[in-house]
Amino acid sequence: MKKNFIRLTLSIAVVLYSVTAFSQELKIKGSDTVLPLSQKEAETYMKQNASAKITVIGGGSGVGLAAFIDGTTDIAMASRKIKMSEKLKLQDAGKSYKEVTIAFDALSVIVNPANKVSQLTKEQLEGIFTGKITNWKEVGGDDEKIITYSRESSSGTFEFFKEHVMNGKNYGSAILMMPATGAIVQSVSQTKGAIGYIGLAYLEKNVKDIKVSYDKGKTYVGASMETAKNKTYPIIRPLFYYHLNKDEAKVKPFISYVLSPAGQKVVEEVGYVPLN
Amino acid sequence: MRRFFKKLFEKIIEGILFLSSTVTSLAIVLIVIFLFREGFALFGRSPVEEGFVIAVNNKNPVSEIKASQIKDIFDGKITSWKELGGNIEDIVLFRTDDISNYFSEEELGENLEHVPAKISELINKTPGIIAFIPEKFTENDFAGKIITTDKITAGKFLAEKQWYPTAQPAAQFGALPLILGTLWVSFAAILFALPLGLATAIYMAEIANEKTRRVMKPLIELLAGIPSVVYGFFGLIVIVPLIQKVFNLPVGETGLAGSIVLGIMALPTIITISEDAIRTTPLSMKEASLALGANKWQTIHRVIIPYAISGITAAAILGIGRAVGETMAALMVTGNAAVIPHGLLQPLRTIPATIAAELGEAPQQGLHFKALFALGCILFLMTLGINLLVEYISSKRKNISR
Repeated sequence: MKKNFIRLTLSIAVVLYSVTAFSQELKIKGSDTVLPLSQKEAETYMKQNASAKITVIGGGSGVGLAAFIDGTTDIAMASRKIKMSEKLKLQDAGKSYKEVTIAFDALSVIVNPANKVSQLTKEQLEGIFTGKITNWKEVGGDDEKIITYSRESSSGTFEFFKEHVMNGKNYGSAILMMPATGAIVQSVSQTKGAIGYIGLAYLEKNVKDIKVSYDKGKTYVGASMETAKNKTYPIIRPLFYYHLNKDEAKVKPFISYVLSPAGQKVVEEVGYVPLN
Repeated sequence: MRRFFKKLFEKIIEGILFLSSTVTSLAIVLIVIFLFREGFALFGRSPVEEGFVIAVNNKNPVSEIKASQIKDIFDGKITSWKELGGNIEDIVLFRTDDISNYFSEEELGENLEHVPAKISELINKTPGIIAFIPEKFTENDFAGKIITTDKITAGKFLAEKQWYPTAQPAAQFGALPLILGTLWVSFAAILFALPLGLATAIYMAEIANEKTRRVMKPLIELLAGIPSVVYGFFGLIVIVPLIQKVFNLPVGETGLAGSIVLGIMALPTIITISEDAIRTTPLSMKEASLALGANKWQTIHRVIIPYAISGITAAAILGIGRAVGETMAALMVTGNAAVIPHGLLQPLRTIPATIAAELGEAPQQGLHFKALFALGCILFLMTLGINLLVEYISSKRKNISR
């Protein structure tokens, strides 16, 4: 009885020791856009390296970078570049960091399949989403009211579209906000005058994607994996990992895996655009 | 001995009951205090993001700009200082991140140590500039002038019409469209649900035979058990396109779609409570009516409904309460456009939907976070008012029955 007890205690101690000694837990926190990608990458990585332990948490780019500045996460994932104010906070704390681009995300602008319009310039998109252009006939379509659909203000996609397409101007107040990308696709497919924006991965046959021009109408490019890969499609954003220079050794194996051909294959599987 | 244990046992049970009721009441009071403390912290604060200031050139005569004007300036709607009572000078927008457009990386220093000085220099040499910069840049040797803005007050929160909680540099917290949206949807929901619910309740209590009742009752109770997100999904896929077709609207996500879905959700409450009220009509009254030669419909119409009216009113009000607080279904079918609704055939945004959609990403303790709590306070006061009304009406009923 006593022998058994000692054996048990010993084995527990050994297990505990090995857990603390061999598995260095890696924490990744941030953007909900990058979340599904990081989860899949971590899953495949842990399958190959049984000793590795990675925790991936969402919450938004801002939340991730705030945790990064506080030192409560090893890697911050972000769907936007680090802001000047955040850089200054890191500088105040005396921390130097590294930025790694892990993939790209393209946003496609979608309309109802019955809509005649098939291409828009950046300026027209800005006018539509700020509420200046309200009828499709102003951009070469039928006499039909434009119904704009957007994601909720909490989403990183909302911010990206605002910064990138609308020059930081605010959305018009009549804009319809949907809680999820799937809801935007559903609504656009059943509303004749609708326009919305979604991640490339969500593009479906029941909606029509719009060709976009960023050079005042000279060239129009449609969103697809090819145009996103060769960077001719303009509404595209890099997805980032941020880590401290002093954590280099700890995060290196995982980040190199993400950047490796196997890791980049995962990127494409999840629906984002690989680096090359 | 046995009696002693019996007594002890009773005391223990009493103690447990007392403790659980105290804990529950205390928890409720604490939640309410917490809600109001967080919500009221919004008022008296500047709408400009915390830790940041808005600065202009020192020679600029403008020294105060309203929060709504700041938004229009940064949206490019106001482009000249003249519109703000200043000189005839174009407004030059500047955000901290724009610094790299004006200076090279070497000029800013390896660790960005020269940024404050360079911004100060830029503001000094650009007469039309309006700059949105961190407060700490203005601490020493700052060449510009810091603009003051009007503070957020409870009156403005309730009366203003723009809801842009994440607008930079100055957020706009006008809750009026949200309050009106909530009221419109809730009252319209009751307009649908009350006649239908009342008819069902009368049928079940007075007309249906025992067999039908035994099938219907569980069905209606099942309606109460369906998760609200399922109702929302049903609304988005079925009711929204239907409304769009029937009324030939440009968009189907409207207040009407919300009211229909919320009306269906309020039905079980209305039916169960008014059926109970109808059933409490004393048999003697019914029999008296029938004995006087009144037929079944006359009895229902003249005797039973007047007797049960306070219970039916309570049912209607509780139904409104259910609709006022409903989150997920409203979020999915009303379109969530923060505009003042002028009718039910327009998209609108409700308070619960706003809180549910925005709280997840609002930075904790920030202005947006507090504003959502203030919205919660308004919602709480609405439902509290509704509950007090129910209390009042049911107390009236007791007086009648005496």
